[in-house]
Amino acid sequence: MIQLNINGQSVQLDVEPDTPLLWALRDSLQMTGTKYGCGQALCGACTVHVDGSPVRSCSMPVSAVVGRKVTTIEAVDAERVGKAVQAAWRKLDVVQCGYCQSGQIMSAVALLRQNRKPTDADIDAAMSGNLCRCATYVRIRAAIHEAARSLA
Amino acid sequence: MRETTIENLSRRRFLQGSAGLTLGFCLPSLAVAASAGKSPVSTFEANAFLRIGSDNTVTVLSKHLEMGQGTYTGLATLLAEELDADWAQVRVEGAAADAKRYNNLFWGPSQGTGGSTAMANSWEQMRKAGAAGRAMLVSAAARQWQVPAGEIVVEAGKLSHPPSRRTASFGQLAEAAAQETVPAEIRLKDPKDFKLIGKTAKRRDSADKTNGTAKFTQDVQLPGMLVAVVAHPPQFGATVQSFDGSKTRAIKGVVDVVQIPQGIAVLARDTWSAKKGRDALVVQWDDSRAFKLGSDEIMARYKEMAKKPGLVARQEGDAAQAFVAPAKVVRASYDFPYLAHAAMEPMNCVVQLKADGCEVWNGEQFQTVDQGRIAQLFGLKPEQVNLNMLYAGGSFGRRASTHSDYVLEAAHIVKAINGRAPVKLVWMREDDMRGGYYRPLFHHALEAALDGSGKLLGWKHRLVGQSILTGSPFESVMVKNGIDHVSVEGAANLPYAIPNMLVDLHTPTDIGVPVLWWRSVGSSHTAFSTEAFLDEVAAAAGEDPLALRQELLAERPRYLAVLKLAAEKAGWGSKLKAGKAGERRGRGIAIHESFNSVVAQVAEVTVAKDGSLKVDRVVCAVDCGTAINPDNIRSQVEGGVGFALSAILHGEITLKEGRVEQGNFDGYAPLRINEMPKVEVHIVPSAAPPTGIGEPGVPPVAPAVANAIAAATGKRVHRLPIRPADLLA
Repeated sequence: MIQLNINGQSVQLDVEPDTPLLWALRDSLQMTGTKYGCGQALCGACTVHVDGSPVRSCSMPVSAVVGRKVTTIEAVDAERVGKAVQAAWRKLDVVQCGYCQSGQIMSAVALLRQNRKPTDADIDAAMSGNLCRCATYVRIRAAIHEAARSLA
Repeated sequence: MRETTIENLSRRRFLQGSAGLTLGFCLPSLAVAASAGKSPVSTFEANAFLRIGSDNTVTVLSKHLEMGQGTYTGLATLLAEELDADWAQVRVEGAAADAKRYNNLFWGPSQGTGGSTAMANSWEQMRKAGAAGRAMLVSAAARQWQVPAGEIVVEAGKLSHPPSRRTASFGQLAEAAAQETVPAEIRLKDPKDFKLIGKTAKRRDSADKTNGTAKFTQDVQLPGMLVAVVAHPPQFGATVQSFDGSKTRAIKGVVDVVQIPQGIAVLARDTWSAKKGRDALVVQWDDSRAFKLGSDEIMARYKEMAKKPGLVARQEGDAAQAFVAPAKVVRASYDFPYLAHAAMEPMNCVVQLKADGCEVWNGEQFQTVDQGRIAQLFGLKPEQVNLNMLYAGGSFGRRASTHSDYVLEAAHIVKAINGRAPVKLVWMREDDMRGGYYRPLFHHALEAALDGSGKLLGWKHRLVGQSILTGSPFESVMVKNGIDHVSVEGAANLPYAIPNMLVDLHTPTDIGVPVLWWRSVGSSHTAFSTEAFLDEVAAAAGEDPLALRQELLAERPRYLAVLKLAAEKAGWGSKLKAGKAGERRGRGIAIHESFNSVVAQVAEVTVAKDGSLKVDRVVCAVDCGTAINPDNIRSQVEGGVGFALSAILHGEITLKEGRVEQGNFDGYAPLRINEMPKVEVHIVPSAAPPTGIGEPGVPPVAPAVANAIAAATGKRVHRLPIRPADLLA
């Protein structure tokens, strides 16, 4: 049994220690907002926060997050930055297929927590690990600026 | 996917017959859904596309897949417009698989999404469904209030009778409306009265897709469900000779290992265990019937084939005569690689066998085709196969599989375990990347004959590449006299007024790589070869690329308007701001019609000394008929630019001895945000019926960029993807 802290709750999981956090979330906890895209930390669809920093949960074994705080898309609206980012995404209708957007939002929230007034270059640097095959990038940039304005 | 001449015919019938059109409406009915602890919500099913609940929700049933292109929002917009619903009360659900009620009106008796047809084929159907529902609500109100129907006003989800000051919501009238008869004649609004169409109705899926609750196939969890990960053969056509599953069976969570025609499936309680189990398999493959060529060898063969005439796809005037003694001849050839769709959600499918049929959960793009194939495999009737259409995490054509490949793979696994558990087939990224069904590799050779004044006298275009439709259920309709329509689309219907033209095609039949439509299909390569070549012709003739296009399109006002808008907005002819030291900058233009929409784009690029390329800005002008949702049109074209740039800058699936060399996003790299240019989208105002928009933004990007590169560097791009080595200073 492995004990994890997910979205402020303590959970016990019967999984092998090498199981990636992604699959523990999705298959053991039925928290399916975090997505599988590549399994190699190349696409960012599986991005969650561990102790506030964005990590690729597909390449992070559960054993590595014991004793640390994991936040997923399901709880990102618990704080102001998360709410602002989601609201900006909706206001600008950023999404298309939507599959990558949980990861995009988690990366955007992490950026805005660090940098309340990111430039396009800051956004490109922080978000280039998150692929969007629909290429919603124009709106992702605009929505991050929008969220930054609403947080100012 | 494509519209064909057949589809265009059926569209004409549809428009002509629209006055008294039978919509295949089922009779209105009243369903009551009671659940414990809740007051029952009764539902007025006005027709196959509309349900109004006594809780005041308006549910629109979408016969088409939402894979990002905005279909759910668009179809609901059409219906809600004529229903006069409040946009906030509108919800969308995927419709059942039913070729009778939910067929694509451009495809005959077949349900499916593709060819950028969702809005175009539903344009009248969904509006009529909304108008019928509205009429029934009005009748119900008139009966209840004992007032003339003509005095009732419907606005934003409410009916009112101003003289008597009575009002009621849709929900309050739902039960009564269910007792009304479906109106025999339906009148649609004058476009000047539109409140939603042409405005910006917000996406209906934005909320669910920003909080993690949107349901994709990958997210389906059923009691007792097993997850299957499959060991696929390393080459197309190879089969299992023998396998050893003992190590796999020892892995915790693994439940079963079964052989299926597609390989060896490992079934486990969860995805990670299934993947570990699959990776632990020891399989001996029989490659005696495998396809073993490399992509370089395939291209070399195609270049050989291109030396001889192919089957004629278009002939105008006397092309041979035009080349007898021209003042000048321009020649160029263009090479295109295989491309993977690489949707963010790798292919997957859930299948459950039940006593009385089969249940499937899928980002379902080809209902009728998939339903028929699954039914056949299980010995069921098609109507016993219930398809639950979920959101697709992208598709770009991949989920509209001509051979139902991954769907049948899931069904085979269920069959192999005698249906004892529901199974979710999950392809890992590598399975998806190496699973074939690529945009076909193509070779194009073009020649132009010019007279002494630089006037274009003759045009010859030869294409070599595999057919997508041969061997598919659509072959009889879309392959004529050996010409696969989608191999030559965009080339055979080149709009330019050139007196002598010859377009011919070679279709190799001995290449064992499965191919499929990839966003914009034939136009994904024909737009490049024709538009990049036209710029080479313009250079040879000493003409401005825009002026040459305008001259050759003088009789095509729709094209001219699009060209003009793009050129104006991009500042064509103005001087580009210089780059930094050593940087070369340029601007290029291209125009292409696909899926009955015309798109022109002007690209601005910067090429560094080392040949690295940055696309800075793409200005787009679009004529897609009536703009149902301008913001969604912008969104689709913005995304289309990024999708096309992925292919131009990086996209290439290569084979070595028949093995696909790429496996994940490192080897096959989609565009990232730092490579995304600024994109502007301008829409030509139009009152014509809507045409496609999901795909038409893609084709002109590559030639516009290549033409900009030529303007910047003098170097012509003759193969994709673009290699920095080809652009060195």
